[in-house]
Amino acid sequence: MSHGGTLLFLIALLPFLGALFPALMIRAGRNVCAVTTAVPTVLALTMLLVLAPAVFRGEVIQAQIEWLPQLGLSASFFLDGLGLLFAGMILGVGLLITLYARFYLSGEDPMGQFYTYLLLFQGAMLGIVISDNILLLLVFWELTSLSSFLLIGYWKHLPQGRQGARMALAVTGAGGLAMIAGMLILGNIAGSYNLTDILQAGDAIRASDWYLPALILILLGAFTKSAQFPFHFWLPHAMAAPTPVSAYLHSATMVKAGVFLMARMWPVLSGTDAWFYIVATTGLVTMVIGALIALFKDDLKALLAFSTVSHLGLLTMLLGFGTQAAAVAAVFHIINHLTFKAALFMTAGIVDHETHTRDIKRLGGLRHLMPITFLIGTVAALSMAGIPLFNGFLSKEMMLEEASHTVWAGSHLAVPVLATLGALLSVAYSFRFIAHVFLGPVREDYPHTPHDPPFGMWASPALLTVFVIVIGVAPFLAEGLVTVAASAVTGADLHPHLKIWHGVTPALWMSVIAVIGGAALLSLHPKFDPIWSAARRPEAKAIFDRLVAAVVAASRMITEGTHNGAISRYLAVFTVSATALGWIAFSGSGLSAPTRELLPVPSVIAVGWIMLIVATLSVVTMHHHRFRALVLIGIIGLAISAGFVYLSAPDLALTQISVETVTIMLLLLALHFLPKLTPKESSNALRIRDAAIALTAGAGVGALAYAFLRRDIDTISDFHIANSYEGGGGTNVVNVILVDFRGYDTYGEIIVLGIAGFVIYALMDALLNGPAARRLKNTDYSRDRSSDRHPLMMVVVTRVLMPIAVVVGLYIFLRGHNEPGGGFVAGLVIAIALLMQYMASGFAWTQARKRVEYHTMIGLGVVIAGLTGAGAWLAARPFLTSAYTYVHWPPIEEFELATAMLFDLGVFLTVLGAVMLMLYSLSRIARFAGETVNVEPMDYDPGQQATDNEVKH
Amino acid sequence: MEFVVASSIGVLTAGGVYLILRLRSFPVILGLALLSYAVNVFLFASGRLAVDLSPILSKYGDASYTDPLPQALVLTAIVISFGMTAVLVMIGLGAFFEAETDQIDITAQDETDPGASKETDA
Repeated sequence: MSHGGTLLFLIALLPFLGALFPALMIRAGRNVCAVTTAVPTVLALTMLLVLAPAVFRGEVIQAQIEWLPQLGLSASFFLDGLGLLFAGMILGVGLLITLYARFYLSGEDPMGQFYTYLLLFQGAMLGIVISDNILLLLVFWELTSLSSFLLIGYWKHLPQGRQGARMALAVTGAGGLAMIAGMLILGNIAGSYNLTDILQAGDAIRASDWYLPALILILLGAFTKSAQFPFHFWLPHAMAAPTPVSAYLHSATMVKAGVFLMARMWPVLSGTDAWFYIVATTGLVTMVIGALIALFKDDLKALLAFSTVSHLGLLTMLLGFGTQAAAVAAVFHIINHLTFKAALFMTAGIVDHETHTRDIKRLGGLRHLMPITFLIGTVAALSMAGIPLFNGFLSKEMMLEEASHTVWAGSHLAVPVLATLGALLSVAYSFRFIAHVFLGPVREDYPHTPHDPPFGMWASPALLTVFVIVIGVAPFLAEGLVTVAASAVTGADLHPHLKIWHGVTPALWMSVIAVIGGAALLSLHPKFDPIWSAARRPEAKAIFDRLVAAVVAASRMITEGTHNGAISRYLAVFTVSATALGWIAFSGSGLSAPTRELLPVPSVIAVGWIMLIVATLSVVTMHHHRFRALVLIGIIGLAISAGFVYLSAPDLALTQISVETVTIMLLLLALHFLPKLTPKESSNALRIRDAAIALTAGAGVGALAYAFLRRDIDTISDFHIANSYEGGGGTNVVNVILVDFRGYDTYGEIIVLGIAGFVIYALMDALLNGPAARRLKNTDYSRDRSSDRHPLMMVVVTRVLMPIAVVVGLYIFLRGHNEPGGGFVAGLVIAIALLMQYMASGFAWTQARKRVEYHTMIGLGVVIAGLTGAGAWLAARPFLTSAYTYVHWPPIEEFELATAMLFDLGVFLTVLGAVMLMLYSLSRIARFAGETVNVEPMDYDPGQQATDNEVKH
Repeated sequence: MEFVVASSIGVLTAGGVYLILRLRSFPVILGLALLSYAVNVFLFASGRLAVDLSPILSKYGDASYTDPLPQALVLTAIVISFGMTAVLVMIGLGAFFEAETDQIDITAQDETDPGASKETDA
């Protein structure tokens, strides 16, 4: 990867790495925290500047790492003019906002959190503008929605903040979903998810039948993000956020993401009638409506929010025109809007901070009290109004010029007139911002007497207004950046000339009309204001709330209809749906002819089959007698084990039979505490319904099994059989698969088993420390107990059996690699041997002789297995690569040593530990329930009372 | 033989499904045990049936073997299903001790419990 590519990766990564620190550094004080936040931004900005000369030369810097190539997803970034413009804006304004927020946030606000969110957002936004892969872009896109949710809702105690955050997330998130679909279509048409490839495939995409759906879906994403009508309503509500957030997200960056996307996709999607009519019209309507509402808003930030909506509409409209000159104007206006709007938001924040109100009706006359703020605010507002010598004028002229010769559905007048109207309204609300806040007489009734804030707070907006004036006076300074960005947008080599005086053009006249009309409109504002307030308008928030309420009600109805708290209903719904889906899948394409011959059924097997069927039916019919049902379950398990033996699965048979044993013991222990009978409480109808469901499901599964049993498949097992001995060093292929080929799976599985053991232990602990414990103590289980609980015969036999069982276990463990057996079975066998001791000689007697805690055993097992796997790294092999060798030790036959054996030891220990921990936990309940424990192994003495030898717990 | 295995799977599934639809915890646990059998045998059978072809490599030249992969998968599945049953039993026991009943469905009376009241939108 090139030098530039590495830098680009670092730029993408830095904000996310940086996000880890502010929350920690806040302990060192607010200044340190702010500086920590600035460091990654400054670094990234420096790197960007290092890369900038190459971009200005027309190079595109690329960086790529394959991530999921099967999905076409790669972590690839590229930096061209457009990316450079946006990345510079995001990082530059980010830095200013970091400084501003340091002074804006009060001592009670958790500043570390704020900066962490801010950097997360910055990283996500940066990711959008430099992603070369649209799937990656979508990931970052959603990340901006999420991180802006956190930022908007930063003041968690304010209901408006929470509602605004939810609304923003719902609207932009929904748009994002639509966009995912659109992008996938686009990628499908282009045959690649890389933007660079897609940008080349413009003709194919525009010619495709899927162009219109893709366009609409992508535009939904862009329009919601950039607050275009009719999705504009979330932006003003997001103003409940702290002002630094509004200045950053809602003027400079996030809302520009939609515009960025339209600009990025411009060479691919624009140039069609559909593009023009959807995008330009939406932009135009948004521009006018946003400006109109802005004029009548009394909240400073709401005024700015709607003016942002209006300016975003302007940008959208320019991109919608589809001409190169309009694209240049759009790019230039993006820069200009950023400078004056961020400055205005910060000014509004300062006013709010100083006077404790943002209500324009309570303000006025501030120019005497806050001269610096007045200067900054006025310069920025004049630029927004489009007054000459400020940068807003230049791009607005270009916009009007483009509008003046745009024909909309045959009409030469519609666009120019509406664009002039938009500009006029824009002048009116900009003047209002100046006149009603700063001009007029000084008032006595400010909620708080204002004065200019400290330097740190006005430094950021002041710097931005310097840009406003410099670009406004000497536009050629911005020419380089506009040229590369506009060339990147259009894909053509453009050389625009930015200048103040274009001669007497229609645009100039439109501008003059706008300024005079705007000033006149403002003078009439007091008259219009009551009319506007009295007029009935659709309130977007109310509509949104009703919509959300309707969706919630519908979801609740479905949820409560299906999930009413009755687990039997969920299971029924699940079973029926699964069966129905299976049926649909089956009826899709018929069955091929059977290819396998039927195997004969020997009479022994037939007997076993009949046993199994009868036992299952008996379990179902007699399940009310729980103990009987348990015995029958044992029969079924044995029949299945026998089946495994016959069908060439000795390992399974061994495992099944030992698991069967421990399962039955477990259920017996549990049954001790549970009622012994299940009451008959289901109605006949319910039983018939359940039987119908069960029979259908059973018939379906049985038929499916029969269908595939009659047909051959391609199996990958030939590989395992061929390599088992050569590669894994064992002849028992099943065991080699477990400990070698699929060792990773097994490793995961023993961890799950270990966790299950701990879960049971924890559950029991919680139970014995909860209210249930009292009840347990007061229940009398004594009538269930035999007076001869530890019979002599059983004690003796199990003692004798213990060493034999251990030897059998060891034998099964050692031979596992080559013959049926292995860690799983050995662990179960030893567990059964130990359990027999518990049962025969009693809990306390056995417990006293236990040397290793079962918890430790589980941990040891997992660690041994893990270390064995990691050992392969020492030999520079992947995790869990096994090695083996043959050892010749004179008195013993030649034998094999494999690392897989060590792994199997880990499996063995985990299984043993987990099984023992589970059953041990259940027995602990028994002790808690007042069961006495014996001190001596055999506590029965016919000559004495049973209690003499017993110690109450 | 194929019919024997397939019908066993079907009967075990049907029995298991019927039992998990019961209203008490113990039959449900039994039902899940039956379903575990059915699923394990089903998975095992996906390697097709073979008699006397154990996947233990023969020392004497070429021999054919049954498919070992489903066996390996089922082996761990059997052990894991034991773990699952154990956790369920523990939860069932805990619920029985806490509620003094082993009914598994939430009744109308539980719904009015203030602790279980629905979250109201702020």
